[in-house]
Amino acid sequence: MKYLYYPGCSAEATGKAYDISTRAMMAKLDVELAELDDWNCCGATSYFSVRELESFAIAARNLAIAQQMGDDELCVICNACYTTLAKTNRYMADDPEVFKAVQGALGAVGRTYDGKVKVRHIMDILVNDVGLEAVTEKVTRRLTGIKVAPYYGCQFSRPMGTFDDPEFPTTMDRFFAALGAEVIDYPSKVKCCGGMMMLTKAEGALHMCHELLKTAQDGGADVIVAACPLCEMNLEAYQPKVNKMYGTSFNIPVMYFTQLAGLALGVEPNKLAIDKQVVSCDRVIAAIPA
Amino acid sequence: MTELATTAQAKELHARFYHDVMSMPGGEKIRICQQCGTCTGSCPTSYLMDYGPREVIAAFRAGMIDRVVKSNTIWLCTSCYYCTVRCPAGIKITDLMYELKRLAIKYDLLPKDSKNPALTKYFVKSVHKHGRNHEVELMAKFMATKDPGLALKFAGLGMKLFMAGRLPPLATNIKGRDELNKMAAYLEAEEAKAQ
Repeated sequence: MKYLYYPGCSAEATGKAYDISTRAMMAKLDVELAELDDWNCCGATSYFSVRELESFAIAARNLAIAQQMGDDELCVICNACYTTLAKTNRYMADDPEVFKAVQGALGAVGRTYDGKVKVRHIMDILVNDVGLEAVTEKVTRRLTGIKVAPYYGCQFSRPMGTFDDPEFPTTMDRFFAALGAEVIDYPSKVKCCGGMMMLTKAEGALHMCHELLKTAQDGGADVIVAACPLCEMNLEAYQPKVNKMYGTSFNIPVMYFTQLAGLALGVEPNKLAIDKQVVSCDRVIAAIPA
Repeated sequence: MTELATTAQAKELHARFYHDVMSMPGGEKIRICQQCGTCTGSCPTSYLMDYGPREVIAAFRAGMIDRVVKSNTIWLCTSCYYCTVRCPAGIKITDLMYELKRLAIKYDLLPKDSKNPALTKYFVKSVHKHGRNHEVELMAKFMATKDPGLALKFAGLGMKLFMAGRLPPLATNIKGRDELNKMAAYLEAEEAKAQ
């Protein structure tokens, strides 16, 4: 199995561990990832706020490169990149004017895109292409007894709900069940972490993170797993600020889901960049039966 | 539709918003909003907003969209898309918020206490400069110009992230970063031609 791979900008900085663990985990599953040549920022939510057509055009440059590389499936790990790239495809298909404008902009730099590259979230690939049975077969350290809170975040399946339900997604629950973990009932799993609001209106974002952390703790979670660099950062790194604001004492390990899954699939912890987490994950690693 | 917009700018904003929304795929659905409030009830930040999403559409109908453009509402939308997936009329409310953000930036009607517009603008600049968003540069620039106090509050966490190798000081410059500027220039020229 082979896919083109779009890491996204956070994967070079705050979310570096997501990129490292994705590559290591996918290799264990015999999935080959070929990084997209000279990819650019998807534009995320910020670009839409400034110019709409430009945001589609810069996202489409990546899709044009994918088309040029001759592969029609692009694996994306960041929720925001996934939604932005998939939304670009959707709007190009739905609106001839958007299609024409984007084609024109790409043409101005000698590129072309016909709208046919499939933008795939990594979880979609794991559950629907690799398959949970194949995943289970490759487990070398079952996550028996590890209580996992699967945190999906917003743009995992909203707004499009292409491969999972926008209100009640279950793919990550099923994926971790296949790895042998005890997946807790986590009612906040699709609520917002605040995103970039952590920088512009911190008390609002901390309020959201407080609820996410509290419901995970109330559900008995040993670890929260995330599928988005921004979600992971807000939930993990801002626990001291949540504690200060709410008088709580959260110190919950938060991992990229690929890190915990990598451990179950036999990747060494040092190949999963677990040392980059700011809340220590040692007790999670120690609790996984050998 | 009742036209209550009084000043020339309010009228222009109303007309521009109406035009832009109607040119979005499915934009005409704004007409069938029944003011049920599912959007506001689903919004994780509506409690902080001057006008909730339901009121945004009510204000538009009343010819008062200029008040919304100037309010804190649009800068508190986190793009979580809850309103969009739950709206029984299929109105893409998140996209309406983006449209309002674009109008606010275009007409320079930014609330004084909101830091979000600056962050948004710096983000776009960083992407055009490097081809990718350099998170460290973005945060440093944002804190230096908009919130020096935040730099102090962030210092401890920043050091932890830096030590963990999560704040690389150098940006990655892609080879084709000129392409982004050229595409933007092309689209701006096309828009100018159309008007």
